[in-house]
Amino acid sequence: MARYDRAITVFSPDGHLFQVEYALEAVRKGNAAVGVRGTDTIVLAVEKKSTPKLQDSRSVRKIVNLDDHIALACAGLKADARVLINRARIECQSYKLTIEDPVTVEYITRYIAGLQQKYTQSGGVRPFGLSTLIIGFDPHTGTPSLYQTDPSGTFSAWKANATGRNSNSIREFLEKNYKETSGQETLKLAIRALLEVVESGGKNIEVAVMTREHGLRQLEEAEIDAIVADIEAEKAAAEAAKKAPATKET
Amino acid sequence: MESVFGLVGKDFAIVVADTSAVHSILVHKTNEDKIMVLDSHKLMGASGETGDRAQFTEYVQKNVALYQFRNGIPLTNAAAANFTRGELATALRKNPYQVNIILAGYDKDVGPSLYFIDYIASLHKVDKAAFGYGSYFALAMMDRHYRRDMTVEEAIELVDKCIMEIRSRLVIAPPNFVIKIVDKDGARDYAWRESIKDAPTA
Repeated sequence: MARYDRAITVFSPDGHLFQVEYALEAVRKGNAAVGVRGTDTIVLAVEKKSTPKLQDSRSVRKIVNLDDHIALACAGLKADARVLINRARIECQSYKLTIEDPVTVEYITRYIAGLQQKYTQSGGVRPFGLSTLIIGFDPHTGTPSLYQTDPSGTFSAWKANATGRNSNSIREFLEKNYKETSGQETLKLAIRALLEVVESGGKNIEVAVMTREHGLRQLEEAEIDAIVADIEAEKAAAEAAKKAPATKET
Repeated sequence: MESVFGLVGKDFAIVVADTSAVHSILVHKTNEDKIMVLDSHKLMGASGETGDRAQFTEYVQKNVALYQFRNGIPLTNAAAANFTRGELATALRKNPYQVNIILAGYDKDVGPSLYFIDYIASLHKVDKAAFGYGSYFALAMMDRHYRRDMTVEEAIELVDKCIMEIRSRLVIAPPNFVIKIVDKDGARDYAWRESIKDAPTA
């Protein structure tokens, strides 16, 4: 067993941890995931790559809850995600058992990030190949939060963010179009952002909304289709409005 | 001595527990809630060593919650009972929990159910059960008056008869009791039976 103690993640001469960077590559190949924080609503939307006809899609949930008031979506190696999510769920209950209070979003994010970091500095293991988007409401103040972690173990809070495939384009879109929203507007913003890189349609997106009172709610395909249709209509109207003044002048 | 008892009705289950927290000759408080709500449709009434009672019931509650997050569906009452018994059994020959438990729950497909779990990890699925010195009187009363399909009103009448017997026949009888019920709409407080009220704190 001594042979498996050797560190796999070691520094390169110019200060890189290549295993961590390769893990980030794995994340970049994973499905796109978007998170948007509103004043009273937080939304997670994840790309659903085409499901094989014979697969039961209910067994592939991309947005999961860690506790009553915390949810997580991720991009990257799904098997690694299962392990991380399980550890986080146990930590949520363990914390509640010892402290008698639910975890804050920051605490559980720090825990997950800490776990990801540990695997970049241990013998015989490789880093987790995923980045997570963690959303939730503070159990005491009710403030909404959105956090992101990555394979290196860093984490930070965001107003809106994306990870996975084409995350740069989505982030650009969000930077241009983000404003403080609530309720349905937050939901539309998240879906619009995801639609920048994903084929439109309810069966290609998985969306979940979290509110203080109702916790996490997964949207039905029909609901998503309706919102997508709304967004398309708004886009078409905006295009028409842009063209109309030009034709008047001629 | 602590009393906990429970019974199954037509489509509900009831658990009753005394609410005194006693240490040798001192009564710490008379409104200690010994019936823990494990999840939306389960009640765990416990009696015994105070620290063990709180610690063990909270431990079961958090594990029941973890199961639900991991699997997306809640534990059945039978599964929760067997898990609880398993934990007691594992600890028994090392550092035993001194807790007696009455687990009441409602499952959509099975209906109401009641489990008797004692401190040496026996498990019995029953219609009525009781622990403590009060059990002598509660069981006798229930044996005489209990019927399979009681309504809530009839069951509460029986519960009150049991409480009256415990109050009048036990030399150190607990003054107050809490009654909780679980049915298809969930687990909740039903009523308190208080003969002594704690002085209100400023």
